[in-house]
Amino acid sequence: MGRVGRLPGSGLAKGLAVTLRTMTRRSITRQYPEVQPDLAPRSRGVIALLEENCTVCMLCARECPDWCIYIDSHKETLPAEGGGRARTRNVLDRFAIDFALCMYCGICIEACPFDALFWSPEFEYAEYDINELTHEKDRLREWMWTVPPPQAHDPGAEPPKEVAAAEKAATRPKRTPGEPRTPGEPRTPGGPRTPGGST
Amino acid sequence: MLEIVVKLALVAAAFALLPLLVGQAEHKVMAHMQGRLGPMYAGGFHGWAQLVADGVKFAQKEDVIPQAADRWVFKLAPGVALVPYLLVLIVVPVGPDGQVVLDLGVGLFFALAVMGVGVIGAIMAGWASANKYSLLGGMRVAAQLMSYELPMVFAASSVAMAAGTLSLSGIAEEWRWYWLPWQAVGAVVFFVAGLAELRRPPFDMPVADSEIIFGPYTEYGGLRFALFLLAEYAGIVVLCALTTVLFLGGWKGPFLDTELGWLWTLLKVFVLAFLVIWLRVSYPRMREDQLQKLAWAYLVPLSLAQLALTGVLKVAFA
Repeated sequence: MGRVGRLPGSGLAKGLAVTLRTMTRRSITRQYPEVQPDLAPRSRGVIALLEENCTVCMLCARECPDWCIYIDSHKETLPAEGGGRARTRNVLDRFAIDFALCMYCGICIEACPFDALFWSPEFEYAEYDINELTHEKDRLREWMWTVPPPQAHDPGAEPPKEVAAAEKAATRPKRTPGEPRTPGEPRTPGGPRTPGGST
Repeated sequence: MLEIVVKLALVAAAFALLPLLVGQAEHKVMAHMQGRLGPMYAGGFHGWAQLVADGVKFAQKEDVIPQAADRWVFKLAPGVALVPYLLVLIVVPVGPDGQVVLDLGVGLFFALAVMGVGVIGAIMAGWASANKYSLLGGMRVAAQLMSYELPMVFAASSVAMAAGTLSLSGIAEEWRWYWLPWQAVGAVVFFVAGLAELRRPPFDMPVADSEIIFGPYTEYGGLRFALFLLAEYAGIVVLCALTTVLFLGGWKGPFLDTELGWLWTLLKVFVLAFLVIWLRVSYPRMREDQLQKLAWAYLVPLSLAQLALTGVLKVAFA
Protein backbone atom coordinates (compact mmCIF):
# COMPACT_ATOMS: atom_id res chain seq x y z
CA MET A 1 0.00 0.00 0.00
CA GLY A 2 1.06 3.58 -0.49
CA ARG A 3 3.21 5.51 1.91
CA VAL A 4 1.59 7.53 4.67
CA GLY A 5 0.78 11.11 3.73
CA ARG A 6 0.41 10.42 0.01
CA LEU A 7 -2.89 10.10 -1.70
CA PRO A 8 -3.27 6.95 -3.77
CA GLY A 9 -2.96 7.84 -7.43
CA SER A 10 -0.97 11.01 -6.77
CA GLY A 11 1.83 9.54 -8.86
CA LEU A 12 -0.56 9.04 -11.76
CA ALA A 13 -1.70 12.66 -11.46
CA LYS A 14 1.90 13.83 -11.36
CA GLY A 15 2.62 11.98 -14.60
CA LEU A 16 -0.32 13.66 -16.30
CA ALA A 17 0.81 17.04 -14.99
CA VAL A 18 4.29 16.59 -16.44
CA THR A 19 3.04 15.87 -19.96
CA LEU A 20 0.48 18.67 -19.81
CA ARG A 21 3.08 21.15 -18.63
CA THR A 22 5.44 20.11 -21.41
CA MET A 23 2.67 20.61 -23.96
CA THR A 24 2.10 24.21 -22.90
CA ARG A 25 5.77 25.08 -23.30
CA ARG A 26 7.53 25.87 -26.54
CA SER A 27 8.93 22.76 -28.13
CA ILE A 28 12.70 22.57 -28.37
CA THR A 29 12.74 21.33 -31.97
CA ARG A 30 14.84 23.47 -34.34
CA GLN A 31 13.46 23.83 -37.86
CA TYR A 32 17.00 23.69 -39.27
CA PRO A 33 16.80 23.91 -43.06
CA GLU A 34 14.09 26.59 -42.84
CA VAL A 35 15.53 28.43 -39.86
CA GLN A 36 19.28 28.85 -39.58
CA PRO A 37 20.67 27.78 -36.21
CA ASP A 38 21.95 30.37 -33.74
CA LEU A 39 25.57 29.34 -33.56
CA ALA A 40 27.73 30.22 -30.63
CA PRO A 41 30.34 32.93 -31.20
CA ARG A 42 33.64 31.49 -32.39
CA SER A 43 31.86 28.44 -33.83
CA ARG A 44 34.25 26.10 -35.63
CA GLY A 45 32.51 25.48 -38.93
CA VAL A 46 35.22 25.61 -41.56
CA ILE A 47 38.71 27.05 -41.93
CA ALA A 48 38.91 30.02 -44.29
CA LEU A 49 42.07 31.25 -45.98
CA LEU A 50 42.92 34.88 -46.59
CA GLU A 51 45.21 34.11 -49.49
CA GLU A 52 46.65 37.63 -49.70
CA ASN A 53 48.18 37.24 -46.23
CA CYS A 54 49.78 33.86 -46.86
CA THR A 55 53.55 33.87 -47.22
CA VAL A 56 53.92 30.11 -47.74
CA CYS A 57 55.85 29.79 -44.50
CA MET A 58 54.43 26.24 -44.18
CA LEU A 59 53.98 26.59 -40.42
CA CYS A 60 50.34 25.56 -40.59
CA ALA A 61 51.07 22.45 -42.65
CA ARG A 62 53.87 21.50 -40.28
CA GLU A 63 51.84 22.02 -37.11
CA CYS A 64 48.78 20.21 -38.42
CA PRO A 65 48.43 17.00 -36.31
CA ASP A 66 46.82 14.99 -39.09
CA TRP A 67 48.60 16.57 -42.03
CA CYS A 68 45.53 17.64 -43.87
CA ILE A 69 46.95 20.87 -45.34
CA TYR A 70 48.53 20.67 -48.77
CA ILE A 71 50.67 23.58 -49.94
CA ASP A 72 52.51 24.01 -53.25
CA SER A 73 54.47 27.11 -54.17
CA HIS A 74 57.26 28.42 -56.32
CA LYS A 75 59.77 31.21 -55.94
CA GLU A 76 59.48 34.29 -58.06
CA THR A 77 62.35 36.69 -58.62
CA LEU A 78 61.38 40.33 -58.71
CA PRO A 79 63.59 42.51 -60.94
CA ALA A 80 65.89 44.81 -59.05
CA GLU A 81 64.49 48.24 -58.34
CA GLY A 82 66.88 51.17 -58.35
CA GLY A 83 70.24 50.15 -56.99
CA GLY A 84 69.10 47.17 -54.91
CA ARG A 85 69.53 43.54 -55.65
CA ALA A 86 66.85 41.30 -57.09
CA ARG A 87 64.44 39.99 -54.50
CA THR A 88 62.66 36.67 -54.41
CA ARG A 89 59.28 35.98 -52.95
CA ASN A 90 57.10 32.94 -52.54
CA VAL A 91 54.03 32.55 -54.70
CA LEU A 92 51.25 30.27 -53.50
CA ASP A 93 50.22 27.73 -56.14
CA ARG A 94 48.05 25.43 -54.14
CA PHE A 95 46.56 25.62 -50.68
CA ALA A 96 44.10 22.85 -49.89
CA ILE A 97 42.61 21.49 -46.68
CA ASP A 98 41.25 17.96 -46.62
CA PHE A 99 38.21 18.31 -44.36
CA ALA A 100 37.81 14.54 -44.36
CA LEU A 101 41.01 14.42 -42.29
CA CYS A 102 40.75 17.73 -40.46
CA MET A 103 39.79 17.33 -36.81
CA TYR A 104 38.94 21.01 -36.32
CA CYS A 105 41.58 21.50 -33.63
CA GLY A 106 42.40 24.97 -34.96
CA ILE A 107 46.14 24.61 -34.39
CA CYS A 108 46.85 25.89 -37.93
CA ILE A 109 44.90 29.05 -37.15
CA GLU A 110 46.84 29.53 -33.91
CA ALA A 111 50.13 28.81 -35.68
CA CYS A 112 49.67 31.20 -38.59
CA PRO A 113 51.88 34.25 -37.87
CA PHE A 114 50.39 36.34 -40.69
CA ASP A 115 46.63 36.12 -39.95
CA ALA A 116 45.89 34.15 -43.08
CA LEU A 117 43.70 31.46 -41.52
CA PHE A 118 40.37 32.08 -39.74
CA TRP A 119 37.48 30.14 -38.31
CA SER A 120 34.24 30.56 -40.19
CA PRO A 121 30.92 29.36 -38.73
CA GLU A 122 29.87 28.08 -42.18
CA PHE A 123 29.10 24.35 -41.84
CA GLU A 124 27.01 23.38 -44.86
CA TYR A 125 29.65 21.81 -47.08
CA ALA A 126 28.73 18.13 -46.95
CA GLU A 127 29.60 16.11 -50.05
CA TYR A 128 28.56 12.75 -51.46
CA ASP A 129 32.15 11.65 -51.99
CA ILE A 130 34.88 11.78 -49.37
CA ASN A 131 37.39 12.97 -51.99
CA GLU A 132 35.33 16.07 -52.65
CA LEU A 133 35.95 17.21 -49.08
CA THR A 134 39.41 18.44 -50.08
CA HIS A 135 38.81 22.11 -50.71
CA GLU A 136 41.21 24.26 -52.74
CA LYS A 137 42.32 27.80 -52.05
CA ASP A 138 39.63 29.51 -54.11
CA ARG A 139 36.90 27.81 -52.09
CA LEU A 140 38.77 28.56 -48.86
CA ARG A 141 39.08 32.20 -49.96
CA GLU A 142 35.33 32.36 -50.59
CA TRP A 143 34.72 31.28 -47.01
CA MET A 144 36.62 34.37 -45.84
CA TRP A 145 33.47 36.38 -46.56
CA THR A 146 31.62 34.40 -43.91
CA VAL A 147 34.16 35.04 -41.16
CA PRO A 148 32.50 37.20 -38.52
CA PRO A 149 34.26 40.14 -36.85
CA PRO A 150 35.96 39.20 -33.59
CA GLN A 151 33.65 38.89 -30.67
CA ALA A 152 33.41 41.94 -28.43
CA HIS A 153 35.17 41.70 -25.10
CA ASP A 154 33.19 41.22 -21.95
CA PRO A 155 32.49 44.45 -20.10
CA GLY A 156 35.23 44.87 -17.52
CA ALA A 157 37.62 42.52 -19.26
CA GLU A 158 41.28 43.34 -19.67
CA PRO A 159 41.97 45.38 -22.80
CA PRO A 160 43.45 43.47 -25.73
CA LYS A 161 47.19 42.98 -25.72
CA GLU A 162 47.68 45.28 -28.72
CA VAL A 163 45.75 48.08 -27.09
CA ALA A 164 47.58 47.69 -23.80
CA ALA A 165 50.96 47.78 -25.55
CA ALA A 166 49.98 50.83 -27.57
CA GLU A 167 48.76 52.64 -24.48
CA LYS A 168 51.94 51.86 -22.66
CA ALA A 169 53.88 53.33 -25.55
CA ALA A 170 51.65 56.39 -25.58
CA THR A 171 52.23 57.10 -21.88
CA ARG A 172 56.02 56.99 -22.25
CA PRO A 173 57.32 60.47 -21.32
CA LYS A 174 59.78 60.96 -24.21
CA ARG A 175 57.89 61.88 -27.35
CA THR A 176 58.63 63.65 -30.57
CA PRO A 177 57.05 67.11 -30.79
CA GLY A 178 53.82 67.40 -32.73
CA GLU A 179 52.47 64.22 -31.21
CA PRO A 180 48.70 64.55 -31.36
CA ARG A 181 47.99 62.85 -28.08
CA THR A 182 49.30 64.26 -24.83
CA PRO A 183 51.11 61.82 -22.59
CA GLY A 184 49.23 60.50 -19.61
CA GLU A 185 45.87 61.05 -21.18
CA PRO A 186 43.37 59.38 -18.90
CA ARG A 187 41.82 56.26 -20.27
CA THR A 188 38.90 54.27 -19.03
CA PRO A 189 40.18 50.75 -18.56
CA GLY A 190 38.29 47.96 -20.20
CA GLY A 191 35.51 48.16 -22.69
CA PRO A 192 35.64 46.77 -26.20
CA ARG A 193 38.11 48.60 -28.32
CA THR A 194 39.31 47.98 -31.82
CA PRO A 195 43.04 47.64 -32.18
CA GLY A 196 43.08 50.06 -35.13
CA GLY A 197 41.70 53.00 -33.20
CA SER A 198 44.35 53.33 -30.50
CA THR A 199 47.70 53.55 -32.26
CA MET B 1 -36.22 7.39 -47.19
CA LEU B 2 -34.20 10.41 -48.24
CA GLU B 3 -33.69 11.24 -44.59
CA ILE B 4 -32.15 7.83 -43.96
CA VAL B 5 -29.84 8.18 -46.95
CA VAL B 6 -28.67 11.63 -45.81
CA LYS B 7 -28.10 10.37 -42.28
CA LEU B 8 -26.16 7.35 -43.54
CA ALA B 9 -24.03 9.63 -45.70
CA LEU B 10 -23.35 11.84 -42.68
CA VAL B 11 -22.35 8.85 -40.57
CA ALA B 12 -20.07 7.60 -43.34
CA ALA B 13 -18.48 11.04 -43.60
CA ALA B 14 -18.02 11.19 -39.82
CA PHE B 15 -16.55 7.69 -39.89
CA ALA B 16 -14.07 8.74 -42.56
CA LEU B 17 -13.19 12.08 -41.01
CA LEU B 18 -13.27 11.77 -37.21
CA PRO B 19 -10.66 8.98 -36.90
CA LEU B 20 -8.31 11.00 -39.09
CA LEU B 21 -8.84 14.07 -36.92
CA VAL B 22 -8.12 12.02 -33.82
CA GLY B 23 -5.06 10.52 -35.48
CA GLN B 24 -3.72 13.92 -36.47
CA ALA B 25 -4.46 15.25 -32.99
CA GLU B 26 -2.52 12.31 -31.59
CA HIS B 27 0.49 13.13 -33.79
CA LYS B 28 0.53 16.75 -32.70
CA VAL B 29 -0.48 16.40 -29.05
CA MET B 30 1.96 13.58 -28.46
CA ALA B 31 4.73 15.56 -30.13
CA HIS B 32 4.14 18.68 -28.07
CA MET B 33 3.82 16.67 -24.86
CA GLN B 34 7.30 15.36 -25.63
CA GLY B 35 8.70 18.80 -26.50
CA ARG B 36 8.66 18.09 -30.25
CA LEU B 37 6.74 19.64 -33.13
CA GLY B 38 5.37 16.56 -34.86
CA PRO B 39 4.59 16.51 -38.59
CA MET B 40 5.33 19.93 -40.13
CA TYR B 41 5.59 19.42 -43.89
CA ALA B 42 2.70 17.41 -45.40
CA GLY B 43 0.05 19.80 -46.71
CA GLY B 44 2.10 22.90 -45.96
CA PHE B 45 0.48 24.21 -42.79
CA HIS B 46 1.78 22.36 -39.71
CA GLY B 47 1.55 19.01 -41.47
CA TRP B 48 -2.25 18.91 -41.54
CA ALA B 49 -2.24 16.38 -44.39
CA GLN B 50 0.15 13.94 -42.74
CA LEU B 51 -2.43 11.16 -42.45
CA VAL B 52 -3.50 11.66 -46.07
CA ALA B 53 0.14 11.25 -47.07
CA ASP B 54 0.37 8.14 -44.88
CA GLY B 55 -2.73 6.74 -46.57
CA VAL B 56 -1.23 7.30 -50.02
CA LYS B 57 1.96 5.60 -48.90
CA PHE B 58 0.10 2.60 -47.46
CA ALA B 59 -1.95 2.23 -50.65
CA GLN B 60 1.22 2.00 -52.75
CA LYS B 61 2.73 -0.81 -50.74
CA GLU B 62 2.88 -4.42 -51.77
CA ASP B 63 0.13 -6.66 -50.46
CA VAL B 64 2.05 -9.46 -48.74
CA ILE B 65 0.36 -12.58 -47.42
CA PRO B 66 2.62 -15.12 -45.67
CA GLN B 67 2.73 -18.49 -47.39
CA ALA B 68 1.63 -20.44 -44.34
CA ALA B 69 -1.11 -17.97 -43.46
CA ASP B 70 -4.76 -18.87 -43.41
CA ARG B 71 -5.45 -16.73 -46.47
CA TRP B 72 -9.15 -16.02 -46.11
CA VAL B 73 -9.08 -15.28 -42.41
CA PHE B 74 -5.92 -13.24 -42.85
CA LYS B 75 -7.52 -11.11 -45.55
CA LEU B 76 -10.81 -10.75 -43.74
CA ALA B 77 -9.41 -9.72 -40.36
CA PRO B 78 -8.85 -5.97 -41.03
CA GLY B 79 -12.44 -5.65 -42.23
CA VAL B 80 -13.76 -7.46 -39.18
CA ALA B 81 -11.76 -5.08 -37.02
CA LEU B 82 -13.01 -1.93 -38.73
CA VAL B 83 -16.64 -2.43 -39.76
CA PRO B 84 -18.16 -2.98 -36.26
CA TYR B 85 -17.17 0.53 -35.23
CA LEU B 86 -19.03 1.92 -38.24
CA LEU B 87 -22.08 -0.08 -37.16
CA VAL B 88 -21.89 1.31 -33.62
CA LEU B 89 -21.84 4.88 -34.95
CA ILE B 90 -25.24 4.20 -36.55
CA VAL B 91 -26.96 3.92 -33.17
CA VAL B 92 -25.10 6.77 -31.44
CA PRO B 93 -27.37 9.80 -31.09
CA VAL B 94 -25.85 13.25 -31.66
CA GLY B 95 -28.95 15.25 -30.72
CA PRO B 96 -32.47 14.96 -29.35
CA ASP B 97 -35.61 14.04 -31.31
CA GLY B 98 -34.28 11.44 -33.66
CA GLN B 99 -30.90 12.95 -34.56
CA VAL B 100 -29.64 9.41 -34.93
CA VAL B 101 -29.64 7.05 -37.89
CA LEU B 102 -31.26 4.19 -36.08
CA ASP B 103 -32.95 4.72 -32.70
CA LEU B 104 -32.67 1.15 -31.54
CA GLY B 105 -34.63 0.16 -28.43
CA VAL B 106 -31.73 -2.01 -27.31
CA GLY B 107 -29.11 0.43 -28.56
CA LEU B 108 -26.76 0.02 -25.59
CA PHE B 109 -26.84 -3.75 -25.88
CA PHE B 110 -26.22 -3.52 -29.62
CA ALA B 111 -23.34 -1.07 -29.23
CA LEU B 112 -21.51 -3.16 -26.62
CA ALA B 113 -22.05 -6.43 -28.49
CA VAL B 114 -20.82 -5.01 -31.80
CA MET B 115 -17.83 -3.31 -30.18
CA GLY B 116 -16.85 -6.73 -28.86
CA VAL B 117 -16.90 -8.06 -32.43
CA GLY B 118 -14.25 -5.51 -33.39
CA VAL B 119 -11.82 -7.28 -31.07
CA ILE B 120 -12.46 -10.54 -32.94
CA GLY B 121 -10.64 -8.96 -35.92
CA ALA B 122 -7.43 -8.75 -33.93
CA ILE B 123 -7.82 -12.31 -32.66
CA MET B 124 -8.41 -13.52 -36.23
CA ALA B 125 -5.31 -11.67 -37.40
CA GLY B 126 -3.25 -13.24 -34.63
CA TRP B 127 -4.48 -16.73 -35.41
CA ALA B 128 -4.26 -16.55 -39.19
CA SER B 129 -0.79 -15.01 -39.52
CA ALA B 130 1.11 -18.28 -38.93
CA ASN B 131 3.53 -16.41 -36.70
CA LYS B 132 4.21 -17.23 -33.09
CA TYR B 133 4.36 -13.58 -32.06
CA SER B 134 1.06 -12.90 -33.78
CA LEU B 135 -0.46 -15.87 -32.02
CA LEU B 136 0.80 -14.70 -28.62
CA GLY B 137 -0.58 -11.25 -29.35
CA GLY B 138 -3.90 -12.72 -30.43
CA MET B 139 -4.15 -14.71 -27.21
CA ARG B 140 -3.38 -11.60 -25.20
CA VAL B 141 -6.12 -9.76 -27.09
CA ALA B 142 -8.54 -12.56 -26.24
CA ALA B 143 -7.55 -12.54 -22.58
CA GLN B 144 -7.94 -8.78 -22.46
CA LEU B 145 -11.38 -8.96 -24.06
CA MET B 146 -12.48 -11.55 -21.50
CA SER B 147 -11.32 -9.48 -18.53
CA TYR B 148 -12.43 -6.03 -19.55
CA GLU B 149 -15.75 -6.76 -21.22
CA LEU B 150 -17.19 -7.63 -17.80
CA PRO B 151 -16.56 -4.33 -15.93
CA MET B 152 -17.50 -2.43 -19.08
CA VAL B 153 -20.87 -4.13 -19.29
CA PHE B 154 -21.45 -3.69 -15.54
CA ALA B 155 -20.69 0.03 -15.76
CA ALA B 156 -22.94 0.44 -18.78
CA SER B 157 -25.76 -1.49 -17.16
CA SER B 158 -25.52 0.80 -14.15
CA VAL B 159 -26.42 3.72 -16.41
CA ALA B 160 -29.14 1.71 -18.10
CA MET B 161 -30.58 0.98 -14.69
CA ALA B 162 -30.46 4.64 -13.70
CA ALA B 163 -32.20 5.69 -16.90
CA GLY B 164 -34.59 2.77 -16.99
CA THR B 165 -33.98 2.17 -20.68
CA LEU B 166 -31.47 0.50 -22.99
CA SER B 167 -32.00 3.03 -25.78
CA LEU B 168 -29.00 5.34 -26.13
CA SER B 169 -31.23 8.30 -26.97
CA GLY B 170 -33.39 7.43 -23.98
CA ILE B 171 -30.39 7.30 -21.64
CA ALA B 172 -29.10 10.68 -22.81
CA GLU B 173 -32.63 12.09 -22.50
CA GLU B 174 -32.89 10.92 -18.88
CA TRP B 175 -29.46 12.27 -17.98
CA ARG B 176 -29.31 14.95 -15.28
CA TRP B 177 -26.32 16.84 -13.94
CA TYR B 178 -26.31 14.88 -10.66
CA TRP B 179 -25.50 11.75 -12.62
CA LEU B 180 -21.95 13.04 -12.84
CA PRO B 181 -21.14 12.36 -9.15
CA TRP B 182 -23.66 9.52 -8.97
CA GLN B 183 -22.19 7.57 -11.92
CA ALA B 184 -18.60 8.83 -11.59
CA VAL B 185 -17.11 5.47 -10.66
CA GLY B 186 -19.03 3.79 -13.46
CA ALA B 187 -17.80 6.39 -15.94
CA VAL B 188 -14.16 5.84 -14.97
CA VAL B 189 -14.54 2.07 -15.08
CA PHE B 190 -16.30 2.20 -18.47
CA PHE B 191 -13.66 4.49 -19.97
CA VAL B 192 -10.69 2.55 -18.63
CA ALA B 193 -12.18 -0.79 -19.66
CA GLY B 194 -12.95 0.67 -23.08
CA LEU B 195 -9.35 1.80 -23.46
CA ALA B 196 -8.20 -1.69 -22.56
CA GLU B 197 -10.55 -3.20 -25.10
CA LEU B 198 -9.14 -0.89 -27.77
CA ARG B 199 -5.65 -2.00 -26.68
CA ARG B 200 -4.55 1.60 -26.33
CA PRO B 201 -1.47 2.36 -24.25
CA PRO B 202 -1.06 1.81 -21.32
CA PHE B 203 -3.08 -1.32 -22.10
CA ASP B 204 -1.27 -2.24 -25.33
CA MET B 205 0.19 -5.49 -24.06
CA PRO B 206 -1.07 -7.40 -27.14
CA VAL B 207 1.06 -5.25 -29.47
CA ALA B 208 3.98 -4.85 -27.04
CA ASP B 209 6.58 -4.12 -29.70
CA SER B 210 9.56 -4.73 -27.45
CA GLU B 211 8.62 -8.33 -26.81
CA ILE B 212 6.26 -9.62 -29.52
CA ILE B 213 7.11 -7.28 -32.43
CA PHE B 214 3.64 -5.96 -33.18
CA GLY B 215 1.41 -8.74 -31.89
CA PRO B 216 -1.43 -9.70 -34.18
CA TYR B 217 -0.42 -7.08 -36.78
CA THR B 218 3.15 -8.33 -37.22
CA GLU B 219 2.57 -9.86 -40.66
CA TYR B 220 0.40 -7.06 -41.99
CA GLY B 221 1.55 -4.31 -44.30
CA GLY B 222 0.18 -1.79 -46.73
CA LEU B 223 -3.52 -1.16 -46.92
CA ARG B 224 -4.50 -3.96 -44.54
CA PHE B 225 -2.26 -2.54 -41.84
CA ALA B 226 -3.72 0.90 -42.52
CA LEU B 227 -7.18 -0.57 -41.93
CA PHE B 228 -6.07 -1.85 -38.53
CA LEU B 229 -4.69 1.58 -37.67
CA LEU B 230 -7.92 3.19 -38.82
CA ALA B 231 -9.86 0.70 -36.70
CA GLU B 232 -7.88 1.81 -33.65
CA TYR B 233 -8.77 5.46 -34.19
CA ALA B 234 -12.36 4.64 -35.11
CA GLY B 235 -12.45 2.68 -31.86
CA ILE B 236 -11.34 5.77 -29.96
CA VAL B 237 -14.10 7.81 -31.58
CA VAL B 238 -16.71 5.15 -30.77
CA LEU B 239 -15.55 4.72 -27.18
CA CYS B 240 -15.56 8.48 -26.61
CA ALA B 241 -18.98 8.82 -28.24
CA LEU B 242 -20.42 6.04 -26.07
CA THR B 243 -18.90 7.52 -22.90
CA THR B 244 -20.34 10.90 -23.89
CA VAL B 245 -23.82 9.54 -24.45
CA LEU B 246 -23.88 7.30 -21.39
CA PHE B 247 -22.09 9.35 -18.75
CA LEU B 248 -21.74 12.93 -19.91
CA GLY B 249 -25.25 13.67 -21.09
CA GLY B 250 -24.66 13.39 -24.82
CA TRP B 251 -26.06 16.45 -26.56
CA LYS B 252 -26.88 18.33 -23.37
CA GLY B 253 -24.95 21.57 -23.26
CA PRO B 254 -25.30 24.97 -21.62
CA PHE B 255 -27.80 26.22 -24.23
CA LEU B 256 -29.63 25.37 -27.48
CA ASP B 257 -29.59 21.61 -26.92
CA THR B 258 -31.86 20.92 -29.90
CA GLU B 259 -30.06 23.04 -32.46
CA LEU B 260 -26.47 22.69 -31.26
CA GLY B 261 -26.73 19.21 -29.73
CA TRP B 262 -24.36 17.76 -32.33
CA LEU B 263 -21.80 20.40 -31.44
CA TRP B 264 -21.89 19.59 -27.72
CA THR B 265 -21.62 15.88 -28.54
CA LEU B 266 -18.63 16.48 -30.80
CA LEU B 267 -17.02 18.74 -28.23
CA LYS B 268 -17.30 16.13 -25.50
CA VAL B 269 -16.02 13.43 -27.85
CA PHE B 270 -12.94 15.48 -28.67
CA VAL B 271 -12.24 16.28 -25.03
CA LEU B 272 -12.39 12.55 -24.26
CA ALA B 273 -10.22 11.76 -27.28
CA PHE B 274 -7.66 14.24 -25.96
CA LEU B 275 -7.79 12.38 -22.65
CA VAL B 276 -7.13 9.11 -24.48
CA ILE B 277 -4.05 10.58 -26.14
CA TRP B 278 -2.92 12.23 -22.92
CA LEU B 279 -3.07 8.93 -21.05
CA ARG B 280 -1.14 7.26 -23.84
CA VAL B 281 1.68 9.77 -23.65
CA SER B 282 1.87 9.81 -19.86
CA TYR B 283 1.90 6.17 -18.82
CA PRO B 284 4.16 3.26 -19.66
CA ARG B 285 2.75 -0.06 -20.84
CA MET B 286 1.38 -2.36 -18.14
CA ARG B 287 2.65 -5.89 -17.75
CA GLU B 288 0.26 -8.69 -18.65
CA ASP B 289 -0.32 -9.72 -15.01
CA GLN B 290 -0.80 -6.09 -13.91
CA LEU B 291 -3.30 -5.72 -16.71
CA GLN B 292 -5.32 -8.71 -15.56
CA LYS B 293 -5.06 -7.64 -11.93
CA LEU B 294 -6.42 -4.19 -12.70
CA ALA B 295 -9.47 -5.71 -14.34
CA TRP B 296 -10.32 -8.44 -11.85
CA ALA B 297 -9.10 -6.92 -8.58
CA TYR B 298 -10.16 -3.31 -9.10
CA LEU B 299 -12.49 -2.66 -12.02
CA VAL B 300 -14.91 -5.53 -11.50
CA PRO B 301 -15.46 -4.83 -7.76
CA LEU B 302 -15.71 -1.09 -8.46
CA SER B 303 -18.30 -1.61 -11.18
CA LEU B 304 -20.26 -3.95 -8.93
CA ALA B 305 -20.19 -1.32 -6.19
CA GLN B 306 -21.43 1.24 -8.70
CA LEU B 307 -24.21 -1.13 -9.70
CA ALA B 308 -25.23 -1.50 -6.07
CA LEU B 309 -25.09 2.26 -5.48
CA THR B 310 -27.25 2.90 -8.54
CA GLY B 311 -29.77 0.27 -7.47
CA VAL B 312 -30.03 1.53 -3.90
CA LEU B 313 -30.48 5.18 -4.88
CA LYS B 314 -32.90 4.25 -7.65
CA VAL B 315 -35.09 2.34 -5.23
CA ALA B 316 -34.75 4.92 -2.47
CA PHE B 317 -35.82 7.88 -4.60
CA ALA B 318 -38.18 6.17 -7.03
